[in-house]
Amino acid sequence: MSAEAILTVEHLTMRFGGVVAVDDFSFQAAREAITALIGPNGAGKTTVFNCITGFYRPSEGMLTLRQRDGRTHLLERLPEHEIARWARVARTFQNIRAFGGMTLLENLMVAQHNPLMRASWWTVGGLLGLRSFRVAERAAVDRARYWLEKVGLLARADEPSASLPYGAQRRLEIARAMCSEPELLCLDEPAAGLNARESAELTALLDDIRRQHRVSILLVEHDMSVVMEISDHVVVLDYGEKIADGPPQQVKNDPRVIAAYLGVSDEEVDEVEHALEQGAPQ
Amino acid sequence: MSGIVQPGRLTEASKDAAIAALIAFALAAPLLGLKTVAATQGLELVQRWHLVAAAVAIVFTGRLLLRLLVWRTRRPGVEATAPQSAGRALASLGKATGPAFLLLALVWPLLPTTDRYLLDLGVLVLTYVLLAWGLNIVVGLAGLLDLGYVAFYAVGAYSYALLAQHLGWSFWVCLPIAGILTALWGIVLGFPVLRLRGDYLAIVTLAFGEIIRLILINWYEFTGGPDGISGIPRPSFFGIPFTDEDQGFAAVFGLDYSPMHRIVFLYYLVLALALVTLVVTIRLRRLPVGRAWEALREDEIACRSLGINTRNTKLTAFAIGAMFGGFAGAFFATRQGFISPESFVFAESALILAIVVLGGLGSQLGIVVAALLMIGGIEMLRNITWLKAVFGPDFDPALYRMLLFGLIMVTIMVWRPRGLISTRLPTIALADRKRIGAQLVGQGRG
Repeated sequence: MSAEAILTVEHLTMRFGGVVAVDDFSFQAAREAITALIGPNGAGKTTVFNCITGFYRPSEGMLTLRQRDGRTHLLERLPEHEIARWARVARTFQNIRAFGGMTLLENLMVAQHNPLMRASWWTVGGLLGLRSFRVAERAAVDRARYWLEKVGLLARADEPSASLPYGAQRRLEIARAMCSEPELLCLDEPAAGLNARESAELTALLDDIRRQHRVSILLVEHDMSVVMEISDHVVVLDYGEKIADGPPQQVKNDPRVIAAYLGVSDEEVDEVEHALEQGAPQ
Repeated sequence: MSGIVQPGRLTEASKDAAIAALIAFALAAPLLGLKTVAATQGLELVQRWHLVAAAVAIVFTGRLLLRLLVWRTRRPGVEATAPQSAGRALASLGKATGPAFLLLALVWPLLPTTDRYLLDLGVLVLTYVLLAWGLNIVVGLAGLLDLGYVAFYAVGAYSYALLAQHLGWSFWVCLPIAGILTALWGIVLGFPVLRLRGDYLAIVTLAFGEIIRLILINWYEFTGGPDGISGIPRPSFFGIPFTDEDQGFAAVFGLDYSPMHRIVFLYYLVLALALVTLVVTIRLRRLPVGRAWEALREDEIACRSLGINTRNTKLTAFAIGAMFGGFAGAFFATRQGFISPESFVFAESALILAIVVLGGLGSQLGIVVAALLMIGGIEMLRNITWLKAVFGPDFDPALYRMLLFGLIMVTIMVWRPRGLISTRLPTIALADRKRIGAQLVGQGRG
């Protein structure tokens, strides 16, 4: 990892009562790279995610976000809306959370709430029909139009988002997150429930977001084909602990990852355990 | 009758009608069948089983006929809910209905048929429209269930009454101050309930309404307690009083003095307030704050992930909704000239909320229709004299107000469970704005 890190997670621990969901977990996400967080079900991936985006307050640990202009934010101290607003971290959800009764365009307008709020002088200027607000609103519509086109939903801009099929709603959520102009985009299982073609489109979209818009991406994912294809860096969690950290090819061949994540046949379990005892004595 | 009724259907229908009759019997037996009358030795029980028999017979035959002739489907009630086409029709009608209602409201006092009574009724309906439009911001747009809205009505009324009486300020000075004070109270209520959702929010707002009322009753030195405040200054036409003196409105404008002038003025005053509320609400919906309210109703967690400060957004909804309630309260105080805590009971909150829900959450036009129906329609009952011919000279239809009120509510909720106009019009569009069906729009859980 030669590039500068946008996100540094140090000694993150999250306890729910007596259950330790994440235990002393540290990793770095490089700027303008795609970092994948993988692991079997219940490994604590989404918990890490929720700590980074402020939906949980970690029991211990430090989460540092370093912005392009050099400002740093300690995410564990900010409430979630300030993480989105000031630290410029946007996220999507495992179970889609689009505003179902609002049109696609409205969804993307809501994502630009804070700049529009400022342009409307906290509503007062907007009520008076200020020209500068109308200009800002037109710019916001243009940005929404741009992202709708990017995710291939421009033709349905005026339809309620709940009427979209599943895969399209996922793309809408990414477009909505991008409209808030993030520096770090966190995607919680973006490929879940997508067919092969949609997965390929998603891969292309994420690659474009990273290269053209220079946004760093952190994703939690189950779909190994997506992870291996686009990730620059893979971190593997199992039972709340980090078991591997490195480029995809290296992680893919790590015996602990194979044992924990990809699953092995019964004979192989012994083999792997044997290898573990040899390679990494506990 | 069509005559061709399959025997299977007939037995099924009569079985269904028998069940309905049984329920009717269970209800009617204690309610109609037994009556206590004051006798020389305490109370005496009079049995009136013929009335019960009549009620059961009506329900049985009515249900049977409905099953055989009207409800062609196997299960009545299922198909009866929310016919899509009716919603579309109502919504598309809206384009013409809105301006039509506005025109009617503008010329209402000038119509030759409008007498003092009808004008007063117009003022009453418009007051409730104003209140319901204010509550609509909190409940309909932001999705926060508020059962104590009448508290803001009371704060507005008392603010105006006390300011006008003690400081002698005019209506036009007191009105914005009353609005601001009420908005502050909206924020005061908003703060403790921010973390609450759904039912819990409803209970706390209900308690808030009661607390305000109890303070008004018990703080005798300040609010006059249960005696209320009387002699509240009546409105003047921008400084010209509505009296028959030389400086009075009639004299200044060279008219013959008529007490109607003041009522007409009051009517246009509340109409203007309502229109201001309408225009402001329509504009707010298209501003980022209005979209944030609706987004909050759809999904609060997603809102926070987009950097929206949900606390402030909820507070603005409470404050602005409360402010319009305060305007209505100030108007109420100046119109009545007398206010007391009696006017601000929970039933008022329930009535305003019923208008919002029946109208369709978030729909301005639906609220107007619901207010006309619930306030105007029920008030008009008093005038139906022909009912006396049917039920005898002692019959007072006004006594059956609440019964009819309940009937209207049940009918609308069965026919259109999401209110009269339940579709949502998008606030912005690239091409044209198409209405969004009710089933897709979130109702908010607080």
